[in-house]
Amino acid sequence: MKILVCMKQVPQKDAPLKLNEAGTWIREDVSYEVNEPDAFALEEALRQKEKHKGEVVVVTAGPARASQVLREALAKGADRAIHLEDAAFVGLDAYNTARAIAAAIKDEKFDLIFTGLQSDDYGYAQTGVILAEILGWPHATIIMQIEKNDAGIRVKRELEAGFFQYVDVPLPAVLTIQSGINKLRYATLIGIKQAKTKPMRKVTLAEVQSAVGGNLQKIEKLYVPKKSKNTEFLEGPPAEVAKKLVERLKNELRVI
Amino acid sequence: MTENILVIVEQREGKLNRVSWETIAAGQAIAALTGWTLEAAVVGSGVSAIAGEVAAKKVAKVYDVESPALEPYTPDAFVHGLREFLGKHPAKLVLMPHTYQVRDFVPKLAAALQTTAISDVIGVKHEGGKLIFTRQMFQGKFVADVSFAGTGICFVTFQNGSFRADKVGAGAAAAPVEPVTVEIPAGVVRNKPQEVFKEAKQAVDLTQAEIIVSVGRGIKEQKNIELAKQLADAIGGELAASRPICDSGWLPMDRQIGSSGQTVAPKLYLALGISGAIQHIVGMKGSRSIVAINKDAEAPIFEIADYAVVGNLFDIVPVLIEEVKKARS
Repeated sequence: MKILVCMKQVPQKDAPLKLNEAGTWIREDVSYEVNEPDAFALEEALRQKEKHKGEVVVVTAGPARASQVLREALAKGADRAIHLEDAAFVGLDAYNTARAIAAAIKDEKFDLIFTGLQSDDYGYAQTGVILAEILGWPHATIIMQIEKNDAGIRVKRELEAGFFQYVDVPLPAVLTIQSGINKLRYATLIGIKQAKTKPMRKVTLAEVQSAVGGNLQKIEKLYVPKKSKNTEFLEGPPAEVAKKLVERLKNELRVI
Repeated sequence: MTENILVIVEQREGKLNRVSWETIAAGQAIAALTGWTLEAAVVGSGVSAIAGEVAAKKVAKVYDVESPALEPYTPDAFVHGLREFLGKHPAKLVLMPHTYQVRDFVPKLAAALQTTAISDVIGVKHEGGKLIFTRQMFQGKFVADVSFAGTGICFVTFQNGSFRADKVGAGAAAAPVEPVTVEIPAGVVRNKPQEVFKEAKQAVDLTQAEIIVSVGRGIKEQKNIELAKQLADAIGGELAASRPICDSGWLPMDRQIGSSGQTVAPKLYLALGISGAIQHIVGMKGSRSIVAINKDAEAPIFEIADYAVVGNLFDIVPVLIEEVKKARS
């Protein structure tokens, strides 16, 4: 099976984020990492390749720094990478991101495309499904298991409140992968070394520009949420904090 | 384009998903802000009873959109059916709850109509003649004001709990229900869904717990779960966790709180090392009181906490256990 994995670089989970002066985006001087569900999507693609042979290709859209995500994926076992490289890709909405990726892979023939179920930055949870529509492929979302069969694949969809559902999907198809579908591997030293010689195709904004339109949703401003609650911060050494908290639990909240 | 708002009500196996009332409440609020007309649609096969239920609310009209191919749910059938319906009954705004089902088909529907869906919205404002939707970004660390920059239908999905179901206004008289049959030819639906099932009988019903001690990534290692368990035992609460803890297998999946786990509203929710990602918050923000202990002062969990402790949970929890034991003895 030939599988494409869409990956995104996002700010590190516990990185302190600051707004830019215009209040429209974050300041870029933070540490980045791979979007967590995308790491699970890559792992699943590698496992499928180990079972059924084929090729794993990784793609990302973002500035030069985003190539780190691709290099890590190559080190873990992906065969080659595609980098839509331009800072402008960061500002695209989900529809345009999907259109740009579709344009970049128009000469490829994949059996499956995986994306993480959502990104930790925008949190749209849409790009994979939109990509399926643009390609005219079926899709299934929030996937926890994938089994190949004669007709295509059988996937396990996670529903809400602990429910699941198996769905038979013909190929080619797009799947959005849920965190926790598998156990992530680490890159080996040999893998890291081999990654340096694996192909990475760069795609400029100009090459996909004709496929991309103006954003249909506009971020007017970004800000720190207003507190809806009157939070009391308990301060002091641990023993003192614990005493204060128990006093509140007992006398204010009356739960002990 | 006609100035109307359409709420697409969610049903599963002939039962209205209660979160749809929140979406109706959102629709009523936007109708009040803009003066636009509010309509609703139920989509499925044999769902006229639900259409009747919705028609009792303050809406101008309810469409009962029917096709045998709409049951069981598939994204192909829903997109095909709704495209046909929206072609005949255009709306300016189409509102839905941000459920897993909606997430499965609304991006496809919007893309098919060459428009966009503003997803996981938590609030709406009307400023300078323009609707502004607020949505969380960067895992809840920031909020964005988002406007629609297109010309077609604007789809909006609302996060659970953003509007109150009990605020839905009733209609003076029942709204008319208009049955609409959509044509979904064989071959449109490519996926074959099987029966919905539950993995295992839920061993613990966290929704009934009065006190919940919940752990997140900040607990660091599996062996540290024991510390949280000791606190839960001392305070008489149930142990729960955010998704990454259950993904790692440190606690069973049935103890997971959040959009993919259980939704709880205990008297006390004690969050240990939980940053407060949106997917977790939606499962516990209804708690009567929230105590959060986290080393990161910027963690979004503090936005909704009643009592906050910025510090190392491994320093605080052991002494807290002793204090709780003393207070309860």
